[in-house]
Amino acid sequence: MSDSKADKYRKVAYYPGCALEGTGHAYDRSTRQVGKALGLDLVEVRNWNCCGAMEAKNIDPKVQTYLSSRVMSIAANEMGMDVVMAPCNGCYHNLKKAEYDLAHDADSAQVVGRLAEKAGETAYRAGQVETIHALEWIKSAIGEQGLRERIRGGLKGLRVANYYGCMYTRPRHIFPEKDAGPGSESTAKPHFMDDLLAAAGAQNVEFALKTACCGGAHTLSDSDMSTRLVLNILQAAEAAGAEVIATECPTCHSGLEMHQVRAEKRFGKKTQVKIVYFTQLLGIALGLSPRKVGLHENVSDVFAALQSRGVA
Amino acid sequence: MPIHEKSLIRPENLKTHEQLVVDGVDVSGHWSTFIQSRVVTDYNEALQEEIAALPGGEHIHRCWQCGSCTNACTVNAVNPDFNPRYWIYLVRMGMESELLRDKDIIWQCVSCNKCTYACPRDVVPEGVMKALSHWLELKGHTRKSPSMIFDEVFTEQVIQRGRIEEGRIIQRFFRRTGQALGQDWLIEMGRRLLRRLPLGMLTRLGLASVRAPRTHGWARSREALREYVAEEHARQRRALGLSELIEGAQRDAAGIPHA
Ligand code: SF4
Ligand code: SF4
Ligand code: SF4
Ligand code: SF4
Repeated sequence: MSDSKADKYRKVAYYPGCALEGTGHAYDRSTRQVGKALGLDLVEVRNWNCCGAMEAKNIDPKVQTYLSSRVMSIAANEMGMDVVMAPCNGCYHNLKKAEYDLAHDADSAQVVGRLAEKAGETAYRAGQVETIHALEWIKSAIGEQGLRERIRGGLKGLRVANYYGCMYTRPRHIFPEKDAGPGSESTAKPHFMDDLLAAAGAQNVEFALKTACCGGAHTLSDSDMSTRLVLNILQAAEAAGAEVIATECPTCHSGLEMHQVRAEKRFGKKTQVKIVYFTQLLGIALGLSPRKVGLHENVSDVFAALQSRGVA
Repeated sequence: MPIHEKSLIRPENLKTHEQLVVDGVDVSGHWSTFIQSRVVTDYNEALQEEIAALPGGEHIHRCWQCGSCTNACTVNAVNPDFNPRYWIYLVRMGMESELLRDKDIIWQCVSCNKCTYACPRDVVPEGVMKALSHWLELKGHTRKSPSMIFDEVFTEQVIQRGRIEEGRIIQRFFRRTGQALGQDWLIEMGRRLLRRLPLGMLTRLGLASVRAPRTHGWARSREALREYVAEEHARQRRALGLSELIEGAQRDAAGIPHA
């Protein structure tokens, strides 16, 4: 990774998104705490709006393009920032998708321009900001070596299955910086979270379902399907010997938590593996208290599990 | 011999004979399953154009039937009848009545984009699945799917306030789909959380559900979005040869007040 990137990512516009204010609160909290502990600067996007998640595009795709572009426009045109960091896969994906569409599809650019004008805002122009995920942020700004130097306690060989979900890597064309040679992220077999957690002292298990889908789009509208898909992921992680599944998205995270309970209640299938945000694990490894990274907010009792391993 | 994608053949057109000799060769038992030939006459020549007129369906004409989408599909692994390649084929051929046999499962696409990732022709099968679901609903072949109701509840709130609050969305969705809020697993999740949550956190959650988050100065964005969605939906209805009169639920989706 180049030093220019490391410098560029030291101070970024932070787009938490709606989920991080609700069910994903522990992710917001641990992301901010880890940033602070690492000396990185997060400036929240002013008066942001929802990116539309996986739903608005089904009412109309350009509604999502406008919603996402508005967030990038505020960061660029009102705050003068050139990097937006989003920890939620949904937000990250939507901003990247809007960026791609605005650069490649004249119709999208025209509609967004028209909507922004009616709303009395400056329309976003493709290329004004770079959108990155929290994983890229820490990986590029601090890196594995930098992380190793700051570890207090570490993860003591905790066996982790790294789960990235769908929206971090698919569809491939909206992530031109991935699959781009040495040091870049892979869409087939992502590894940024693996790299960071290994540097923090975890032992990553060989996990084939890293980018499997948890059925998040239908978590409430076709719950049995989601429960089956999640159960698959949980069981595969356990079979691979994982004690915890590390997540990097509030929707994936709460999907795994919710359907772990639902699989138990509805299908009588109990799994033991615990679900935890990668930022919570990094925070613990950096010596932050379990409370600071919001471990008590997780549904699965990851606190007890980490305690019994002498990690927390 | 097993017939490839046997589930695609109507059961009444599969003939199995316990005892059968064809041209002096005994083909009883294992070898005796035959597909009855039939003639299709009820083509809808406009089908591909109609799907292409809906968001997501734009690139359906590119498909060369390699089957990579179905092979990669998350839902297909759970239910072999869920077959994006086959549905795209039917649309391109105009075989509407065949497509309608699967009308109640098409909405189950979970938008994982594994198909889009695998497709060598940039068809974006995920988008095609959404276009198909919309088409089925607009044409009145299916009722609004729970997934569409969820998308509407969610998007209404985003357009209304700029932000969403999950508790409200869940409540509204359960109400609209006639489900009880007291689901056993939901209660169990709450129980597990309450064991550890401190008072401050509970207060925060409580406050969020009273004072809904919103984006300030959103009124003009709201108006612009509503206008756009209404125009777009009217255009789609025209493309499908339907009257432009928007019925109740779609008004809700667009946030247009009822007359
Ligand atoms: S994807 Fe989720 S978290 Fe991101 S802004 Fe939208 S609802 Fe909110
Ligand atoms: S894994 Fe689930 S929540 Fe995560 S991106 Fe995919 S569908 Fe969404
Ligand atoms: S997006 Fe839909 S059709 Fe495509 S692979 Fe996923 S579930 Fe299957
Ligand atoms: S992967 Fe693409 S080209 Fe191949 S069958 Fe599916 S849609 Fe058609």
